[in-house]
Amino acid sequence: MNQKTTGKVVSIISNLVLVHVEGPVFQNEICYIFLNDEKLMAEVIKVIGEIAYVQVFESTRGLKPNSKVEFEGHMLEVKLGPGLLSKNFDGLQNDLDKMEGVFLKRGGYTHALEENKKWSFTPLAKAGDRVTAGDWLGNVKENWLDHKIMVPFKMEGVFTIEKIVGAGDYTILDTIAELKDDNGTLHPVTMMQYWPVKLAIKAYKDKPRPFRQLETGVRVIDSMNPILEGGTGFIPGPFGTGKTVLQHALAKYADADIIIMAACGERANEVVEIFSEFPMLDDPRTGRKLYERTTIIANTSNMPVAAREASVYTAMTIGEYYRAMGLKVFLLADSTSRWAQALREMSNRLEELPGQDAFPMDLSAIISGFYARAGIVYLNNGKTGSVTFIGTVSPAGGNLKEPVTESTKKAARCFYALSQNRADSKRYPAIDTLDSYSKYLEYPEFIEFAKEKLDENWVNIVNEARNVLVRGKETQEQINILGDDSVPIDYHIILWKSELVDFIILQQDAFDKVDASTSMERQKYMLEKMVKITRASFNFESFEEVAPYFKRLINTYKQMNYTVYQSDDFKKFEQEAAAMLEERMIK
Amino acid sequence: MSAFQKVYTKISQITKATCSLKATGIGFDELAYIHGRLAQVVKIWGDEITLQVFSGTEGIPTNAEVTFLGKAPTLKVSDELCGRFFNAFGQPIDGGPEVDGEEREIGGPSVNPVQRKQPSELIATGIAGIDLNNTLVSGQKIPFFADPDQPYNQVMANVALKAQADRIILGGMGLTNDDYLYFKNLFENAGILDHIISFVNTTEAPPVERLLVPDMALTAAEYFAVDKNEKVLVLLTDMTLYADALSIVSNRMDQIPSKDSMPGSLYSDLAKIYEKAVQFPNGGSITIIAVTTLSGGDITHAIPDNTGYITEGQLFLRKDTEIGKVIVDPFRSLSRLKQLVIGKKTRADHPQVMNAAIRLYADAANARTKLENGFDLTDYDRRVLDFAKDYSNDLLAIDVDLKVDQMLDRTWELFRKYFNKSEVAIKQEFTDKYWKQ
Ligand SMILES: Nc1ncnc2c1ncn2[C@@H]1O[C@H](COP(=O)(O)OP(=O)(O)O)[C@@H](O)[C@H]1O
Ligand SMILES: [Mg+2]
Repeated sequence: MNQKTTGKVVSIISNLVLVHVEGPVFQNEICYIFLNDEKLMAEVIKVIGEIAYVQVFESTRGLKPNSKVEFEGHMLEVKLGPGLLSKNFDGLQNDLDKMEGVFLKRGGYTHALEENKKWSFTPLAKAGDRVTAGDWLGNVKENWLDHKIMVPFKMEGVFTIEKIVGAGDYTILDTIAELKDDNGTLHPVTMMQYWPVKLAIKAYKDKPRPFRQLETGVRVIDSMNPILEGGTGFIPGPFGTGKTVLQHALAKYADADIIIMAACGERANEVVEIFSEFPMLDDPRTGRKLYERTTIIANTSNMPVAAREASVYTAMTIGEYYRAMGLKVFLLADSTSRWAQALREMSNRLEELPGQDAFPMDLSAIISGFYARAGIVYLNNGKTGSVTFIGTVSPAGGNLKEPVTESTKKAARCFYALSQNRADSKRYPAIDTLDSYSKYLEYPEFIEFAKEKLDENWVNIVNEARNVLVRGKETQEQINILGDDSVPIDYHIILWKSELVDFIILQQDAFDKVDASTSMERQKYMLEKMVKITRASFNFESFEEVAPYFKRLINTYKQMNYTVYQSDDFKKFEQEAAAMLEERMIK
Repeated sequence: MSAFQKVYTKISQITKATCSLKATGIGFDELAYIHGRLAQVVKIWGDEITLQVFSGTEGIPTNAEVTFLGKAPTLKVSDELCGRFFNAFGQPIDGGPEVDGEEREIGGPSVNPVQRKQPSELIATGIAGIDLNNTLVSGQKIPFFADPDQPYNQVMANVALKAQADRIILGGMGLTNDDYLYFKNLFENAGILDHIISFVNTTEAPPVERLLVPDMALTAAEYFAVDKNEKVLVLLTDMTLYADALSIVSNRMDQIPSKDSMPGSLYSDLAKIYEKAVQFPNGGSITIIAVTTLSGGDITHAIPDNTGYITEGQLFLRKDTEIGKVIVDPFRSLSRLKQLVIGKKTRADHPQVMNAAIRLYADAANARTKLENGFDLTDYDRRVLDFAKDYSNDLLAIDVDLKVDQMLDRTWELFRKYFNKSEVAIKQEFTDKYWKQ
């Protein structure tokens, strides 16, 4: 085995440490700094001559010059194998549940997986098969999901399966297969493999453009600005406008096989909310518990800053791993701004030339590089797998003209802008539909998909609803300038039609059992219903009749939103509303 | 001091906030005495050590004596802390004796998130702007956002006295002497002085010293919450002055400032403090109520902005000129943990009543704009304006003192007085029950 490179600490500025190295090191190599009986993990971020600049993933309090450093010969890696689901990891993939004590102990690293647990393995390949990285060798049941054991992603080239074990119980360290390369060398394979988090896993055949919808249950997304499987989106918004509540709703109700949530530099209590609520929640599609298909990466704001950056990469890598099994992965990160801020802190310490708002110059490239890892892929066996990614952005001062928002806008295809005004008036989710967009609405692939799955005219209906909102907004401005009674009655009707769409389609109560999530079937039913109403003409004597009438109508449809789809109550309110329409609608 | 301690006497560089010298065997974050003043290691560059001098470097000569203490800042914790007043270094300022106890480093490690419990205990304050619209929960962290002319310290003290905490810990930063005495008298008069511990940096003390106050207060808080299973309430006022001290230090250390000349690490610095708020599994908890003063109500300034991204909401104080009282503004205020208790620990109609009232209050704001622009008001506009006035006076004003059920009943009364059911738009099961003829 190669001798590890060692070094000695020479300088310390907070979590930036300069190490004099005695031997070769490489960029992003992981090292450990010895401090009394603790080992502090760090990553090389710059090298000048014999000095390696490392960012330490821990507090450096008490660290002294001349402390010993050992370099590990690999980049920051995660362990991939059965047992990742239902886990709570920190940003470096330490299993938080395995740590002792109430407080996090510096240098307290724990194993991400269980070395002794036996998994019931069923082979999917046989001796003699020719395989490449990512090919499925076998299957184990992880909770209720089929977890594929694959040819390790690091193995380059084509191999022949020399030997593969039969069905039986094995640990992640047992050899389950031996692969022979073209030189005749044998490579043992276990159920666990390592992968460096900063590199994308590319063990797939092809990465097409996203083409089918990922249902989230959130109407303003699914109906108005849909996200596709393997698509990307981001949610910028000032604090308190609903980024986290929205992400939690997506995690609970989206039609995905695997949910990975990266709590990146945000509140610990929000993670606790997931820990305590998800184990109780039923997965509507499988009847199992949500937690069984969820992995949480928690690097909350009080945890070491350098590990924040790592946390999103760790999450993405785990996502790509499950994608390679042909699963639909939904990755959520809250908030990517905190990760950018961590980059900024380090860049400032390195005294790099600062870009806008003191962020590093290459921020944009880093962000788009990350978003590019999402996507739907065709695996070598022709099956699809996907990682859909939605991140939140926390713009300073709520101003969207800031580097993180602008860089993300270039990278993500869906933009869900949260509006302070809507949040202030409790119009939740506070997504401003008109400021937001989904580029996928223009994708011919999606238009085709919607034609087949939803309605011949789906995208037109969506655009019509959008138009109602645009006209409502313009009319509101007119009324504000001219006054209620100086505009034609029609103006009031236009305004209230848009309010109808706003209240019944856009607004959704995340805390109501029924309203929290809406099936696509129900969304279609309601959207078509609302659009039909907005097409109709109404009869009013004076403008003062308009608002009270529409408020009654809205109230009734809102009650309908609270009832189970097509239940008796649902139909009751529907009829009530129909009777109201009779009163005023011109045939 | 140990007999072996090495004394250095050759300072190589002095700036407004820092001194540098050559020394070996020194740890990062370690404390030192320089010319009799407390200082902390902020940079180790080879054998050159840079010290941040808390009280400033005025008058420090190049041959000043420097001794290193071999440890980060600490606080001695024990029950003897109770009823006492300390400065930012944890030294008594009330004329009493030094405190004996276990010496703990301040600014210690974070709680493992999986070891936290979800907060679930409502803290009743009697103020409807809080209990009804922005309910507080123990283990929460929340600041008052207020302009300097608002009575924020009084409101905060009032909340603290009603909160029924086992222990109240005051961290005063840049507190005027008058405010310091106000808190002291208030706690004495309430007869609860022995439940209270104070760490105070007054405006008379050097600003950089403030940087130690929150960590001192929270180290004491962790002692009572973890070792004694107590419900601890920590009051931090004024966090804007704390952040100002951060920017003084970073500017003097030539760091590249980000927005509003605040250090780029402001978010992390503040989060480390606020995230100490926690519900422990053993029943102990730390709740943080803070004050962040604003300048001209501007919440986009880096200090309130970063705070809002960290804390679990904010309570926005504003003078309602119409009723001439200070209110908790329902628009800009938020308690993010209220969901955990409203409708669960309180009556089931609470969430809907709260939202409906605020929506109507928003309609009133629109009607007022119309009025100001000289337009005619509709009948609804007039009703909603009358509602807003009553609502502001009877519920939002900070002098309100009611039980939560009474707040809800009063709101229903106002709904019924001014509106019909569809205008209020609340789930039918609740109107059936509470819309009394
Ligand atoms: N869809 C929603 N329905 C009801 N209330 C909401 C909704 N979204 C947000 N809120 C309210 O707004 C608060 C802040 O939301 P949150 O998602 O934490 O904001 P952010 O992450 O943008 O700071 C929540 O605590 C809740 O009271
Ligand atoms: Mg959030």
